[in-house]
Amino acid sequence: MKVTFTVNGRPTEADDVWEGESLLYVLRERVGLPGSKNACEQGECGSCTVYLDGDPVCSCLVAAGQVQDREVGTVEGLAQGDTLDPVQQAFVDAGAVQCGFCTPGLLVQTHDLLNRAHHPSDAEIREALSGNLCRCTGYEKIMDAVRLAAARKADARDAAPTGLEG
Amino acid sequence: MAALTKPKNLQDVAAPGRDGVGASPLRPDGILKVKGDFAYSSDLWHEDMLWGMALRSPHARARILSVDVSAALAQPGVYAVLTHEDIPGSKFYGLEIRDQPVLAIDEVRFHGEPIVIVAADHPETARRAIAKIVVEYDVLPSIGPVEALDPERYGYVHAPADYKAHAFGNIVHSQHIHHGDGDSAEVRALADVIVRGEYEVGMQDQAFLGPESGLAVPAEDGGIDLYIATQWLHVDRQQMCPVLGLPPEKVRLTLAGVGGAFGGREDISMQVHACLLAQHTGKPVKIVYNREESFFGHVHRHPATMVFEHGATRDGRLVFVKAEIVLDGGAYASTSPAVVGNAASLGIGPYVIPHAAVDATAVYTNNPPCGAMRGFGAVQMCFGYETQMDRLAAELGLDPVELRRMNAMEQGSVLPTGQVVDAPAPVAELLRRVKEMPLPEVENWRTADGPDVRELPGGLSNTTHGEGVVRGIGYAVGIKNVGFSEGFDDYSTARVRLEVIGGAPVALVHTAMAEVGQGGITVHAQIVRTELGVDQVTMAPADTRVGSAGSTSASRQTYMTGGAVKQAAEAVRAVVLARGRDRYGWAPAFAAGLRLAGGKALTAAGEVVADLVDLLGDEPVDETTEFRHRPTEAFDKVTGQGFGHVQYTFCAHRAVVDVDVELGLVKVIELAAAQDVGKAINPLAVVGQIHGGSTQGLGLAVMEEIIVRDGKVRNPSFTDYLIPTILDTPPMPVDVLELADAHAPYGLRGAGEAPTLSSTPAIVAAIRAATGLPLNRVPVRPEHLTGT
Repeated sequence: MKVTFTVNGRPTEADDVWEGESLLYVLRERVGLPGSKNACEQGECGSCTVYLDGDPVCSCLVAAGQVQDREVGTVEGLAQGDTLDPVQQAFVDAGAVQCGFCTPGLLVQTHDLLNRAHHPSDAEIREALSGNLCRCTGYEKIMDAVRLAAARKADARDAAPTGLEG
Repeated sequence: MAALTKPKNLQDVAAPGRDGVGASPLRPDGILKVKGDFAYSSDLWHEDMLWGMALRSPHARARILSVDVSAALAQPGVYAVLTHEDIPGSKFYGLEIRDQPVLAIDEVRFHGEPIVIVAADHPETARRAIAKIVVEYDVLPSIGPVEALDPERYGYVHAPADYKAHAFGNIVHSQHIHHGDGDSAEVRALADVIVRGEYEVGMQDQAFLGPESGLAVPAEDGGIDLYIATQWLHVDRQQMCPVLGLPPEKVRLTLAGVGGAFGGREDISMQVHACLLAQHTGKPVKIVYNREESFFGHVHRHPATMVFEHGATRDGRLVFVKAEIVLDGGAYASTSPAVVGNAASLGIGPYVIPHAAVDATAVYTNNPPCGAMRGFGAVQMCFGYETQMDRLAAELGLDPVELRRMNAMEQGSVLPTGQVVDAPAPVAELLRRVKEMPLPEVENWRTADGPDVRELPGGLSNTTHGEGVVRGIGYAVGIKNVGFSEGFDDYSTARVRLEVIGGAPVALVHTAMAEVGQGGITVHAQIVRTELGVDQVTMAPADTRVGSAGSTSASRQTYMTGGAVKQAAEAVRAVVLARGRDRYGWAPAFAAGLRLAGGKALTAAGEVVADLVDLLGDEPVDETTEFRHRPTEAFDKVTGQGFGHVQYTFCAHRAVVDVDVELGLVKVIELAAAQDVGKAINPLAVVGQIHGGSTQGLGLAVMEEIIVRDGKVRNPSFTDYLIPTILDTPPMPVDVLELADAHAPYGLRGAGEAPTLSSTPAIVAAIRAATGLPLNRVPVRPEHLTGT
């Protein structure tokens, strides 16, 4: 079948899609966006997290056909050209990336959290990221990264003219 | 005053180079990783690529009566269906003993053993083809670790005629250690108190997130190029070549992005399968395991049963220890012999005990093969001996930390192997530091608005509002070796090239080290900056065009490949300074006293004598060297004596837990660590290693176990095999000590594994303190706490 959808703002078409394929497979193998990761393919690890119409979902649990005419946002769409999103920059700066396999999913999930909560408490951060497994870091530097990103975004908001969100 | 007399071109010699050794520059692959642009092995793609897949045994032990692949072969889209009969070369591989068939031959020895491999145009085509293969089995009763010790009655995992291991029966390897007078009657009589305990450690999985995967591309010369996630490129190749019937120069491996390893990529998994399918079809073949196959596709941590007896005087001095350890090696040897060596030689912990008798044995069983996992034989022992120390302290009425400090080894102590520890061994100091850290708030779950269930055991399941919740505190310390031991020729190779590009000196580092996430490439660049005084350092892809780096395991890469990079950089510097002698007529002694910093050659006093760009000129300097640590020796087979390990590393933990004693739920509130790393080459990465290792120890303490019943794996998924989430993992304050080891580059001490040891027993000690239960097995599950 053919699936037509929008990825990171770009209209996209995937041909010869087998009905059993997941959104994750289509992204990784058919449209050249392997940034979303395939750590468990059973909805347990969160490494494949993408936005679907603005909500974070495990793309391994979304059938390809379900995204027809919908909007998908992946880790590849977070940066503006060479300018990293504050969440991405904070993960690099805080040492929250080791092997990096969990990172794309965590970035999308954190990006969503900080859009909803500008000053999340530690307990809120842990709750929001509890569906994303990381095996390398013990999560301490991930906590640091989320706090850092939240603080930098707050600074950017303070610096921005009234009415604009940073 | 003095400043006025200094030459104008003086540089501050005390100031460290930017982003050199001791700094925490950001990882060079970090930007790619956060953009989703880093190419992991599972992301690779090639024109005309096929997908490979394996049919695996559903039985732990069975004779294969027949294999019918005709229906699979007839399916459109299928390009190859191969059994062991299609293998051009040797049909076996193995890291230490070549006892593992590439594809099962007439029998299967563990649940998940591969029997047939398929290449097809789509993963679903391959799955359907696999489903059409008909295998007839004669299922046999599986041999577990108890049955393994009585082969006369229960049989052999490997028929005696096929036997390749070191020992006999179902024994893969054993090691005895006899120290002092062992546990003789005379020695026992010296002890006022003897504590005996039996302990068990379940099978832990590495659970790296990036699944086993790679892409094999057939080359025009009849060889193969393999892009692969592994821990050791050269030993993958060494095992692959005989199977593929190809010489090493025709099997070229390049490291693809690796999504974690932790020992699970030390053995080969899909490497040979992908290459066989590529050889057979003439097309590129990619294999990517899903999570279930990953659980079957790599070795695990050895489950252990341990019996310890410790004798001590009334005032708390250890007199003797006796330990009997059986490790379940599973169906094939993997690294079992080396794991046994570690278990035996590190089995009494970081303590001075005048008399010791230790026996460690790994057995063949029909359980999943076990091999390398972070901590490698030392993890299991640490749970045993640290539990014993707590029990002994209770028996003697002593503080458990005080008992440990009284008996702690230190520099100059003699190990039970007879080895004298000739580097700092600050065991007592680490315990002191971890004990003195401020304790977390009591009843931190109380808020003005009532209890915050997120801070309580059971969390958002809302199982308690504080009733039945008891706090406990526990301590543990461990000892781990660094590098390959027991006489293994442990070396690493590095190539460093220095040249002028665009008017600036630029260094290139080329090694075969597997960057698996630990940050080795960050460290290599730091070392080159420090040694050569350049800012720009680039990394060549790790591949087999350069010599072996050894494995990314045994906490060894910063020591070994870091050491090799340092040595190669020193060789480059010597050539550069020799050019100065030719160009500027420097006397040899003068040149030898120069160093490179900030793009200049400097005297010891910091006076600039030449610009590096001028010294280099148009001709690059390119040096490759092999680095070795000082030699070790094998342990004597009978007495276990020998200079077996090159370096020791220590970490201590304090765990604070809240336990819902009614429901058996545990929340780890804080896990504090103190570790000596000799020299923190990259402090940020060191702390990251300690956090990560501690968390894997937490997993073993309260969650992680591959459940095996009659040889069958019952929980091969992240739904049923739980690893710690961010909710399970507490704040982890870390205190890093830097006492240099004079034998090691920059005085550093391997850091990756030690935190994985003591984390587990510290947490279980804290649960014991809260519950009063003995808890002799990990992982501790709720039913162990409630008795239900």
